[in-house]
Amino acid sequence: MSECWPTIRITVNGQRHLVQAPPMKRLLDVLREDLHLTGTKEGCGEGECGSCSVRMNGELVNSCLVPALQAEGATIETVEGLAQKGELHPLQQAFLKCGGAQCGICTPGMLMAAKHLLAHNPHPDIAEIREGLAGNLCRCTGFMRIFESVIAAAAQSCVAEEQRGADAR
Amino acid sequence: MNTSETTRIVGASVARKEGVDKLLGRARYVDDIEREGMWHGATVRSSIPRGFIRSIGFDRRIDWSQFSVVSASDIPGDNHIQLIVADQPCLADGMVNHREEAILLLAHPDKHKLREAVEAVHIEYEPLPAVFSIEESERQDPIVWGTDNVFKTFLLEKGDVDSAWADAAHIVEGEYRTGAQEHLYIENNGVIAEYSAETGVTVWGSLQCPFYVHKSLLAVFDLPAEKVRVIQTETGGAFGGKEDYPSLLAAHAALLAMKSGHPVKMIYDRMEDLAATTKRHPSRVRHRTALDNEGKLLAMDIEIATDGGAYSTLSSTVLSRATLHSPGPYVCPNVRIRSRSWATNTVPYGAFRGFGAPQTIFAVERHMDEIAAKLGIDPAELRRRNFLHDGDTTATEQVMREPVILDQLLDRALAESNYHAKRAQFTGENPTSAVKRGMGIAAFYHGSGFTGSGERYLNSLAGVDVTPEGEVRVLVSSTEFGQGTNTVLTQIAAEAIGLDYCDVIMAPADTGIVPNSGPTVASRTAMVVGRLIERAGLQLVALLREHAGLGEHFTRAEFFAASERYRAAKGEAVSLCRYQPPPGIFWDDQKYRGEAYPAFAWSVQVAQVAVDTVTCSAEVEEFWAVQEAGRVINPVLATGQIEGGIAQGIGYALYEKVLLQNGQMINNQMTNYIMPTAEDVPPIHAHFVEIPFQHGGYGAKGIGELPHDGPAPAILNAIRDATGVSFHSIPLLPEDLFAALAARQAIEEPAAV
Repeated sequence: MSECWPTIRITVNGQRHLVQAPPMKRLLDVLREDLHLTGTKEGCGEGECGSCSVRMNGELVNSCLVPALQAEGATIETVEGLAQKGELHPLQQAFLKCGGAQCGICTPGMLMAAKHLLAHNPHPDIAEIREGLAGNLCRCTGFMRIFESVIAAAAQSCVAEEQRGADAR
Repeated sequence: MNTSETTRIVGASVARKEGVDKLLGRARYVDDIEREGMWHGATVRSSIPRGFIRSIGFDRRIDWSQFSVVSASDIPGDNHIQLIVADQPCLADGMVNHREEAILLLAHPDKHKLREAVEAVHIEYEPLPAVFSIEESERQDPIVWGTDNVFKTFLLEKGDVDSAWADAAHIVEGEYRTGAQEHLYIENNGVIAEYSAETGVTVWGSLQCPFYVHKSLLAVFDLPAEKVRVIQTETGGAFGGKEDYPSLLAAHAALLAMKSGHPVKMIYDRMEDLAATTKRHPSRVRHRTALDNEGKLLAMDIEIATDGGAYSTLSSTVLSRATLHSPGPYVCPNVRIRSRSWATNTVPYGAFRGFGAPQTIFAVERHMDEIAAKLGIDPAELRRRNFLHDGDTTATEQVMREPVILDQLLDRALAESNYHAKRAQFTGENPTSAVKRGMGIAAFYHGSGFTGSGERYLNSLAGVDVTPEGEVRVLVSSTEFGQGTNTVLTQIAAEAIGLDYCDVIMAPADTGIVPNSGPTVASRTAMVVGRLIERAGLQLVALLREHAGLGEHFTRAEFFAASERYRAAKGEAVSLCRYQPPPGIFWDDQKYRGEAYPAFAWSVQVAQVAVDTVTCSAEVEEFWAVQEAGRVINPVLATGQIEGGIAQGIGYALYEKVLLQNGQMINNQMTNYIMPTAEDVPPIHAHFVEIPFQHGGYGAKGIGELPHDGPAPAILNAIRDATGVSFHSIPLLPEDLFAALAARQAIEEPAAV
């Protein structure tokens, strides 16, 4: 009975939401069904493919494995929150340029994993990129274009940082 | 086309047409779409491999009045999926022939109610004996399909094989096996269907071939063509796995929509998709080869058997391509190929990137290394001595009229990979190292487009139009599922018309809007459909010049103004072109002789593999692929095709094992069906040599399937080079390596008594 369901407070891409949902409803379904944020995809439903990856309180999680109740009070970042003011995020720009997205179904999760990686390690080497994306399966690209995209985004961020530094001076 | 012409857009790595939508997460895949009043559907499936259905019971704990239930008796038309032979029922009627065969369909407004309901349907069977392997089917007892368990047989003969053995310096025999492989597209199969008496059936789905689905729906619903509409939604990977299966799933959802009076969505979860949908055909290939003293091929006797599963689906055409690729890219005066596809009581096998070629190329390219070892010739040199060249004939006596540059591709692959120096280095290091390294080669072709007369039968129609909103649209039923159809075809259209890339869009892949440009399969889109779009674009400009005063040189504004004048006069501004076979093409379907393919793409791949003799793991350390696939329309996308195909080929060789138990896939999860991850795929070096093909779109040949053909034999050849142990079947998992390496050690170091 829906009146018995708890109300869950979550902040997604900076917006606060109150969602009434069964406590064990998957965060993935809360995002897709209750908040209509369908950018986050389901690939396997068991935490193997990473298509449903989102960031929760700064951690990378498989949203198919997170019960709604566990997300109570959490801050969630999804693919819909990457672009700012109509401008693609450096990772999105790099994926577009380098061919990092083919069929696109793993892409939202891959972008979130890549963002998480760069948040902790702005200039990863190839081994660190491989490790950082190892939980996200892509069946189309063979990963090479994705690695290149992440390297390009890291370099672009580097340029942006220098630019900001120069502007500050 | 004039190959010396320079192009503006063709050959440039423009960004993927639908890329921004995919990167923003706003591309609409079928599960992202809702329809007003939509219900959800589920499937009740067979729990036995073969037998009669004796009764169907409904558990009383479920309130069935809230559900719509569909069985075979609800089908208004023909209860069969229309492929080559219409033998596969849409819903089982009295009998099942494989595990997971669809028997009943259920729909309910709440998708969470469906699982319990499926489990509350109780089906009683009278089991029949079943067969699960090629060998069991070959015994022809029991007969599980037709009169002999055989879906298709081919016999292809060139020269006189039987008289070649007596004079041969060497005769080498071998048997090679390949396992099933799952496509593992990350988006599972899914559709939404609607039905109304006035408009008929409308289906939205994740699919490759809208007109295949259309054809099956016409038959299942007994409706005229205009009352069935199929719309492809953004499709999250396919690889052949959404070539034939969506016809079945679309019919299921549409039957539920008709019965319930609601739109019905059916989305498989991963376990259902893995258990119930098609996979790559398992195969067994036997080679008997006669050679002279120099290692030149004198005769090849090849026997191919594939496991087709319970219904014929695409097995005959997969077998055809398997047959035509089985002799490899070599000249041989005497060739005999006997091939058969056998019925078993497993889920029907279907299309998968390569379509039979990876199976028989695995066999012949492994076999070439066995020959090289036996004759004491370097594997690269043995291949070079036997390569096809311009003017040579293939096993079907097709004369190679286009340039064949295998020597150049091999030289480049050897140089890029530093093959000879590395082999020498590893030969020195291996005896004292627990990690043994080796280098392996595979050389092969992949025929572009449909086999033989196929393109003529397809008779594809495609074109471009200019809408009143001032958009140029590409009109094709060719679909995008990651491989780049949207990008490549709009590049070609923009190039031909003389507009910018951003001026051209794709019309929706909707059978109510676009003409039938054929299925999106067989590496045919850039070459065959691309050529139609190139012609249609040029024809549009010619029409505007003739009838709407468009000048010899024109601006964008002048083009759209002329299009407007043309539309005002003629009602629409559209240019369509129909397929025309290249001149001088001949194919004999009976004797399997003549021009098997309008063009071939060529490749030489080299794998560097390390085998850890302690952990028995084989790791591909680096991979090189050099290919000639005609003109490269978009280098970044083309490279992505090569890299992705190689990664799938590495999975085929070393990781991906479909475990079947009584015809049921028992590892139907991503947890235990293992594909290569970001940590498993080695650096891949892809190099193109471009020779424009005059009958392809701006010179393109097929590229999508080619890269999957070579990795398995190249890797197992490298493992042989590293360890000295020959492996004859894939997938080759650590436990297989362990068994073979332990057995060899037992021989070399007998246990102390």
